[in-house]
Amino acid sequence: MTDPTPTPENPTATDVEPEADGRVAAWKLLAGNPVTLFSVIVLVIILVVALLAPWLAPYGVNQTDVTRALQSPSAEHWMGTDDLGRDIFSRIIVASGTSLQIALVSVIFAFVIGVPIGIISGYLGGITDTVLMRCVDVMFAFPVLLLALAIVAILSPGQLTTMIAIGVVFTPIFARVARASTLSVRVEPFVQVSKTMGTPGWWILLRHILPNITGPVVVQTSLSLAFAILSEAALSFLGLGIQPPNPSWGGMLFDAQGFMSQAWWMSVFPGAAIFVTVLAFNLLGDGLRDVLDPKQRTLAEARRKA
Amino acid sequence: MSDSSAAQTVLRVEDLRVAIGRKEIVRGVNFQVGRGGTLGIVGESGSGKSMSVLAATGLLDAPGAVVTGTSTLHDDDGAGLALTSATPKQLRRVHGNSIGFVFQDPSTSLNPLLTLERQISESLETHRGMTRRTARARALELLEAVGIPDPESRLDSYPHQLSGGQRQRVMIAIALACDPAMLIADEPTTALDVTTQAQIIDLVKELQHDRGTAVVWISHDLGVIGQVADEVLVLKSGEAVEHRETVSLMDHPSHAYTTQLLAARPVLGRVPQPADPAAEVVLAVEDLDVAFPVSTPAGKKTIHAVDSVSFEVRRGHTLGIVGESGSGKSTIANVLTGLVEPQGGTAQLGGTDLLRVRGKQGRGLRRRVAMVFQDPFASLNSRMRVGDSIGEPLTVHRLPASGSRSDRIRELLELVDLPTHFASRYPHELSGGQRQRVSIARALALEPEVVILDESTAALDVSIQARVLDLLARLQSELGLTYLFIAHDLAVVQQMSHDVLVMRNGQAVEQGAAEQIFDDPQQDYTRMLLAAIPPERPAAV
Repeated sequence: MTDPTPTPENPTATDVEPEADGRVAAWKLLAGNPVTLFSVIVLVIILVVALLAPWLAPYGVNQTDVTRALQSPSAEHWMGTDDLGRDIFSRIIVASGTSLQIALVSVIFAFVIGVPIGIISGYLGGITDTVLMRCVDVMFAFPVLLLALAIVAILSPGQLTTMIAIGVVFTPIFARVARASTLSVRVEPFVQVSKTMGTPGWWILLRHILPNITGPVVVQTSLSLAFAILSEAALSFLGLGIQPPNPSWGGMLFDAQGFMSQAWWMSVFPGAAIFVTVLAFNLLGDGLRDVLDPKQRTLAEARRKA
Repeated sequence: MSDSSAAQTVLRVEDLRVAIGRKEIVRGVNFQVGRGGTLGIVGESGSGKSMSVLAATGLLDAPGAVVTGTSTLHDDDGAGLALTSATPKQLRRVHGNSIGFVFQDPSTSLNPLLTLERQISESLETHRGMTRRTARARALELLEAVGIPDPESRLDSYPHQLSGGQRQRVMIAIALACDPAMLIADEPTTALDVTTQAQIIDLVKELQHDRGTAVVWISHDLGVIGQVADEVLVLKSGEAVEHRETVSLMDHPSHAYTTQLLAARPVLGRVPQPADPAAEVVLAVEDLDVAFPVSTPAGKKTIHAVDSVSFEVRRGHTLGIVGESGSGKSTIANVLTGLVEPQGGTAQLGGTDLLRVRGKQGRGLRRRVAMVFQDPFASLNSRMRVGDSIGEPLTVHRLPASGSRSDRIRELLELVDLPTHFASRYPHELSGGQRQRVSIARALALEPEVVILDESTAALDVSIQARVLDLLARLQSELGLTYLFIAHDLAVVQQMSHDVLVMRNGQAVEQGAAEQIFDDPQQDYTRMLLAAIPPERPAAV
């Protein structure tokens, strides 16, 4: 037997790699991507506006002035006024807080319940999987809005009910995504290796399965945030979400539908608010997915160095 | 065939260069293949061998790749076509029609939704304008030519109903469907067993003889190249370091790299350092039985993956387990490490039965048997740093009792000849050989008595495989490890093992001391396996 040399097989490969201490912080990489940076800035602005809405709003949300009803955008009313003479700009920024809150709480709810169900179901398989997934299937079988409608109808409409309804409706989606990814990760050799070392199941779930399914789950989360905003808008539009006269983007769209031909600003501005927020969440999700994947990350790090 | 250089040239490649960004992957490669001739291209992974051939045939599909140089195809029409500057439309006419391709992985190169007939007739219908019926007749002819048993009924079967070797035969049938002037075979036998490999090599040679096809055969295995090629082109980092006639290259390599490749190649006749024959038995497996339920068109039935297999391994010894894929050798490893539940049998490890323990005691026992898997890419969690991967078994077993965990990780990295700062790297930043060293370090973390090496070097380049094998041998003598060495490459098994177990269809065909198995095999099956190994020197053609 020849004595093996202590040099690694491929010394040239190490030259192009970042040094051990050359790691770049995740936020720096996130900020390095212009699209992600843009979406983060937009979301931060929305968040700040939502928090400061009571002070920022130039008019009261329910300050009616029928003499000034249905005015087009002007210096006084940036986004015009609605049929009761309320300032649309004020209503939109106040409603942003409600919309974000509902979206975040309902998605966190769905994530916290759905992901554990999904990974446990996918990892254990067998009878556990069958039982859990049949329950999820039953929840899935209802159309999203119908299920939300039923929940709202039972619990009487309001902000909390809307959150619960959207959260419950989104739970099976998270469970499904987590389970599908778990199924493919759990047969990977590195999971097998870990099992051969006598690693307990919860450890494998936390250290091996969960980090390796972050890609699809993060994307699902950002999509769900976007859909939650849309669902809230839809429920409010149907009169089952935020109750008038409290402002919400969906409720404002509902109010606008009778004035489509006379007052375009009544529908365009709340619609644009939904659009921008939903888009920003989606773009952020894409950026996060890249940073959370070490392979993409090394590429991004190399690009920064080049 | 030796006068192929004088024959009509089919493909002539001059000063071929491929650059991606500022990096030049292929740096000025020249070669030509004549009618009926075979050019073998060898090199390690990353040497640019596939890249050169794909670029030369206009099939390169890497984003941002810039191809320069000329590559001219002279097919039966006689008119030369410059492939590097051809339009997509011209290329489409040539691919499949004048150039046939066979790729490495027969399980993914066939469309699982199409019957064999559809896959073969596809190119016939596009290039030759054949009707469905005539194409079917031709498909039948081709299946017969590539040696698929009962071709008539196979025409309507789907790829999953075939074995790996049969799928590769179908790939060859597809490649040859339009009687191409040339055949590109990119590692066509790498994913196959030795016996199947030998059959595929014979098949290609025979078809080439009958049809006069020019063949470019890409492989990392000089043994295979020696058997098929008339001429060999040795590539290193995108440059041709040697380009000679096969026999003279093998006998008198002129470049140091070729010498190194030849020396690193596993060949029969090397044996491990002797181990103490009187050492105690560490692991005794008796009457091991494993069965899996499978669903077949004929209903559910059970497959006996391992059928009453018994063996024992002495401390410091290596037991080599050989057999073709599906022979049950990996199942034995999975049973011993607790991944698969056996139906019967015992496995005594120092007085306790590995297969009967549960819970806490079982976890303690897991420490004493470690396993290194085949795929260095998939067996490390890509989201964990190398140090954390190695340290995981330590954390799980709350070790070390004294001293720090990071010291132990550093020690383990040094043990497998890796620099200690690798601990903070991610697996994808390492080469295949380095990753496999990390896997070995992780397996050794718990100071196991028995290490199961399941095809642990099969996915590595020959030169890296040689170094990892050296490392394993050194670790064995230093730490007194006992190995269960599972492999399909008999030369590697001979190099590592003191005892050998030959398996077929879940049964132990032959077992005994390594010298006896290799020098005087008793069973036909063992002889057949030995005969299928590519010879050290190329067969005189």
